[in-house]
Amino acid sequence: MRLLKFLLQKELLQIFRDPAIIRILFIMPMIQLLLLPLAADYEIKNINLGVVDHDHSAYSQKMINKIISSGYFKLKDYSATYKDGLHAIEQDKTDLLLEIPAQFEQSLVKEDKAELLVAVNAINGVKGGLGAAYIQGILRDYNQEIRTQWIQMPRFEPQPVIEVTSSNWYNPNMNYRVFMVPGILVMLVTMIGSSFAANNIVREKEMGTIEQINVSPIKKTQFILGKLIPFWLLANIVLTLGLILARVVYGIVPLGHYSTIYIFSSVYLVAILGLGLLLSTYAQTQQQSMLVSFFVTMIFNLLSGLYTPIESMPEWAQIITRFNPVSYFIEVMRMVMLKGSGLSDISFQIYAMLGFAVFFNGWAILNYRKRSG
Amino acid sequence: MKQFLIFIKKEWLHIWRDRRTLFILIWMPIVQILLYGFALTNEVKNSKIAIFDQSKDEATRAISNRIAASRYFSLVKNVHTYQDIDSTFKQGKIRMAIVFPAGFRNDLLHGNHAQIQLIADASDPNTANTLANYASAIINDYQQELNQHQDLPYTIQVQVRMLYNPELKGAYNFVPGVMALVLMLVCAMMTSISIVKEKEIGTMEVILVSPLKPFRIIIAKTIPYLLVSLLNIASILLLSVYALGVPIVGSLTLLLAESILFTITSLSVGILISNTAKTQQTAMFTSMMSLFLPTLLFSGFLFPVENMPVPLQVISNIVPARWYFIIVKAVMIKGLGFASIWKETTILLGMTVALLGVSIYQFKTRL
Repeated sequence: MRLLKFLLQKELLQIFRDPAIIRILFIMPMIQLLLLPLAADYEIKNINLGVVDHDHSAYSQKMINKIISSGYFKLKDYSATYKDGLHAIEQDKTDLLLEIPAQFEQSLVKEDKAELLVAVNAINGVKGGLGAAYIQGILRDYNQEIRTQWIQMPRFEPQPVIEVTSSNWYNPNMNYRVFMVPGILVMLVTMIGSSFAANNIVREKEMGTIEQINVSPIKKTQFILGKLIPFWLLANIVLTLGLILARVVYGIVPLGHYSTIYIFSSVYLVAILGLGLLLSTYAQTQQQSMLVSFFVTMIFNLLSGLYTPIESMPEWAQIITRFNPVSYFIEVMRMVMLKGSGLSDISFQIYAMLGFAVFFNGWAILNYRKRSG
Repeated sequence: MKQFLIFIKKEWLHIWRDRRTLFILIWMPIVQILLYGFALTNEVKNSKIAIFDQSKDEATRAISNRIAASRYFSLVKNVHTYQDIDSTFKQGKIRMAIVFPAGFRNDLLHGNHAQIQLIADASDPNTANTLANYASAIINDYQQELNQHQDLPYTIQVQVRMLYNPELKGAYNFVPGVMALVLMLVCAMMTSISIVKEKEIGTMEVILVSPLKPFRIIIAKTIPYLLVSLLNIASILLLSVYALGVPIVGSLTLLLAESILFTITSLSVGILISNTAKTQQTAMFTSMMSLFLPTLLFSGFLFPVENMPVPLQVISNIVPARWYFIIVKAVMIKGLGFASIWKETTILLGMTVALLGVSIYQFKTRL
């Protein structure tokens, strides 16, 4: 126990006497937390609209106005022909093209039927899909308006109509930042936990100071604990700073308890630090350990559900996400912060994380040799 | 010239003999393309839903069955109270709940008006929107059939054409993005590290006293990485065409030429970083912070640039990857010719010349 205390003292001194580490540990993540959510805004708005109007009627004018006043679209281009309109899409000037055929108004009124063409730049599938859905919704409404104008609607609908109302729970303003900030915070804490701990042991190897530890009476478990505890504390501090920032800057107040987040993060960090230590027992140089931990965290982050929903992934990728500690923390973070889930709701995730913690650390201790070479 | 070739060979051996690093360099783009191409989609399928049916009649059952049978949704639970919905959401078991009020069929057939409420978990706003859209469409179909396809008067029919990517695959957007990301990473990060490594180990001194001109030293350093990136471009393009089904619509020669231009841009950024960094660790972190993250964020492949606040949009203009991303999308996916990308090409060319000039000017022949 006394030995462990000395080890901890050594590690903390080493960390706090390196100004570069403090900078990277505390300031970098905070800057990222401020910048990333601003950039990582996937809310689809400001869709650039191009219009080809062959009709030039009161109806087509009204329709265009209605589309623009919805707030989703910005009129960026007004072309004479479909070809010119398409050219604007090619040039990325517009994302969506609406072609109104000649005699649109006439055929709608006289023949009860008129056609419209919507062409969407679908290279970005999400944006294209949502853009098309929005404009179809607006056109449906517009259609309904015209109908009510022409037909004196009876008090009861002439045909059965199902009215669909939708409510958005947990994020009624559909604010994308509320969704991203908790996830980004997890990513930052993970990067600190895994890469710093990994680099730390390899650095001792490279500098040769590990020899001194190897010839001391320090036990393997004590050595690993001595590396683990300081970074566990640091990562929790970064998490706290991040939560404060989320509250002050983005106004995100967790619906659940902070204690739930900390209980989970305590277990999570033991697991992720264990992974870092495990990687470090295999690497020989800092360059190797950095590249490897970069590679591993990249895969973990991509498959964590941070950017795209896990259910959309194919079966094999979903199976991988079950072995990915990051995906559990992101899920828990969003559940607790946005939906107010309690300990009983996340009990499965906690047990899973305990399993990860035991597995990674056990392997790291087994694999750490007190012999060099 | 002979000396020059020997230098290139030396550099090549450095790369070739560090098998672990080479392994990661070659596999990184392949893994990324496969992950982005197959695993990362925003496509909605099998989204878990719960149904709260207070009516339990023919109509609600028919609609529930239709929704559950569609590939977008899978029904995981029937709930019996609103509280139940809340607690199921909190356990993270469902994405959306559908509520039928009591007496649904009665209202529909006798009052001609019935309501359905969709409750979406909007903590993920886009998915919530998409799910609500799909569910409404299915319900709409049911209603149409109920009306026996009787055409309503004054109907506007909207025909939607999805250009370039009719199936709305995510890969069309990710492939150009991954190309930019990988080239930036391999060229800039690896070049800067390899130059700084020579400084750290002390072999730089030997190189500097050789009769080779500084300009040639730099070129010799970068050529092997240019080759590695060409290999990466080839593997990315082969995978995207044969594994992901993303075709190269435009001219392959133009695409390769533009890629080489971007590779040279990235290499000059790498040289610039190596001029200032003293240790490998610094070089690595500088590359990460000033290249990897900006490329990921500002190139526009993960997050649309036009949605960002104006100051960030201005910053995005100086990220070379942004222009390359536009070029690849134009040539590879839209199939456009040089005429429509000359502006982006000029910008990239200008950046390259400026970066290369500064980095060669700054390159110190003294330690």
